[in-house]
Amino acid sequence: MKPLLLAVWRYRYFILSSIKVDFKARFVRSRLGGLWLIIHPLVQAATFALVLGQLLSGRLPNMSDNKLAYAVYLLAGTLAWNLFTEVITRCLTVFIDNGNLLKKLVFPKICLPLIVTGSAIVNNALLFGAILAVFAVLGYVPGLNVFWVPLLTIITLGLALGIGLILGTLNVFIRDIGQVVPIVLQLGFWFTPIVYTPDIVPGSIQKLMQLNPMYWIVRAYQNAILYDTALPWLSLGFIFLTSLALLGLAMTLFRRASHEIVDVL
Amino acid sequence: MNAPILSVSNVGKAYRQYGSEFARILAWFNVAAKPIHERRVLRDISSDVNPGDAIGIVGQNGAGKSTLLKLITGTQRPTIGQIHVGGRIGAILELGMGFNPDFTGRQNAYHSAGLMGFSQADIDGIMPEIEAFAEIDDYFDQPVHTYSSGMQMRVGFAVITAFRPELLIVDEALAVGDAYFQHKSFNRIREFQKQGTSLLIVSHDRSAVQSLCDRAILLEHGKIIHDGNPEAVFDYYNAIIAEKENETVEVKQLSDGKVQTTSGTGEARVESVALLNSDNEPIELVNVGQPISLEINIKVYQDISTLVLGYMIKDRLGQIMYGTNTWHTKQIVSDLKQGTGLKYLIHFPANLGPGTYSISTALVSTETHLVNNYEWRDLACVFEVVNLDKGTFVGTSWIHPSINVEKE
Repeated sequence: MKPLLLAVWRYRYFILSSIKVDFKARFVRSRLGGLWLIIHPLVQAATFALVLGQLLSGRLPNMSDNKLAYAVYLLAGTLAWNLFTEVITRCLTVFIDNGNLLKKLVFPKICLPLIVTGSAIVNNALLFGAILAVFAVLGYVPGLNVFWVPLLTIITLGLALGIGLILGTLNVFIRDIGQVVPIVLQLGFWFTPIVYTPDIVPGSIQKLMQLNPMYWIVRAYQNAILYDTALPWLSLGFIFLTSLALLGLAMTLFRRASHEIVDVL
Repeated sequence: MNAPILSVSNVGKAYRQYGSEFARILAWFNVAAKPIHERRVLRDISSDVNPGDAIGIVGQNGAGKSTLLKLITGTQRPTIGQIHVGGRIGAILELGMGFNPDFTGRQNAYHSAGLMGFSQADIDGIMPEIEAFAEIDDYFDQPVHTYSSGMQMRVGFAVITAFRPELLIVDEALAVGDAYFQHKSFNRIREFQKQGTSLLIVSHDRSAVQSLCDRAILLEHGKIIHDGNPEAVFDYYNAIIAEKENETVEVKQLSDGKVQTTSGTGEARVESVALLNSDNEPIELVNVGQPISLEINIKVYQDISTLVLGYMIKDRLGQIMYGTNTWHTKQIVSDLKQGTGLKYLIHFPANLGPGTYSISTALVSTETHLVNNYEWRDLACVFEVVNLDKGTFVGTSWIHPSINVEKE
């Protein structure tokens, strides 16, 4: 483990520069560049707000008087889900996409998922900024609990990176994983209370949904940004420990597979 | 003697195939799962490289050269055996690797140097030198997609060689760019070598290897089959690429310690080679510019439809001074019956610089020895050129000058 960390430290400039390059590359050939990354989820949220707004706005607890509540609810969930899926989908193909580089040059492979993580943080921070800007325009002021969002970002990242690194490593050898994961994520989106409230589904299914770690993370985002109430700390703590276990498993798997990755690329 | 910069011992590499990929994953965790198929591309490779050594790696496509380089650079790991590297490795494998076409040369240079593990401060310090070496002027701050491929390689080479590595690996890539930049690249590599960098060069280019290397390794089917001075290795390599059915490769140690390689299918053979002076007396010592004749006697052992004789004069490093064949001079001999003897007399002035030279002969059916190689004989004859009556000069050619000096 220690040589791995040392290698990462030695390549810190490369990691930072790659994140910068990743970000700048978006602006080189398109006018709005990286803004598209923000426009995408915002439009998605706006669509849901338009279609489902009438139906669901009255459903939010203690918010019946707040016309904006549903929009805020949607954006909170989007912020969490977007970070989660971006890290997973990019980790999934990170070794395959950089196959040529890995075959020709020697550098710590672990840099690649770190670059993905770094650039996901930047994108998510921008999205968060944009969401706050939308709030400002709409005249919505979130409560003090909004300051928990950075901590929630870290928990989400840990979970996503753990899952992403395992899947990304396996995907090099079993390419079906790359096809299955987007489908699972698509289903996951609808099994997580992002566009709807959990109370509209039957109780038995609700119990099942609570096994989904993203259920708790999305709820925590909603608590922080919309309801301004305490976060589900117990669940979050449990998720955090699970993430650590997943990361440990991911690192073991990655280190065992590391020298065979290049062989099969 | 210093410790070797690179030491490779008993290295083998096998690519494993498993019945299913799940079996492979189980194998990482030591759960018994036997690969169903192992393709061994390298076996029992052992060699040491000392500081300042320059070694050429030669071999046919698929002989395992690239795999060996990958193991040495560390992108892949050997299946068995040990590779120990005592310094930083720089690898010129594919110039301009990973350049982003939308960024400028400078940004890409920063990024690439970062990929080599250097810090921002290091790169800041060396950047003016990279810019100066690439010599692409204003283009350095233009997006790379506006570059010609040569310019991209210039930047690539400048970045890779910005910091002197302890071991420099060069894979075929040297024949890039224009003649000027090639010279410049070669100079930089020689400069590194002088400062103690070891070189590993993979190339099919005989002159590149022979001018840079003092040792060569011939790989065939994943094994080292020859390890010695570049001239002998290249002669052997030449012989095996012409190797076909019924062909033999014969290696003979000559009395002066040199190695004579003869190969071919044997339909026709060179019986004797002699160098004659203008009085038709055999000689071994030749004056610069002296008119001489090369007499080659050939015997046909099996009926053949066409016969072409080729010959080459090589210097002591094996660099070709001159070579041609009777296909190019339109003197092809046709329909030769078994038992026929042929005598070729080749007249030329020995316009060579002082030194030892050798003559190689080839008996073939067309312009190349790769179609029908009846016989290829290296070091068929050795002679020495001495400067008896010309003024002092250097080099391997005698290019008679007349110099005018005028005072104005």
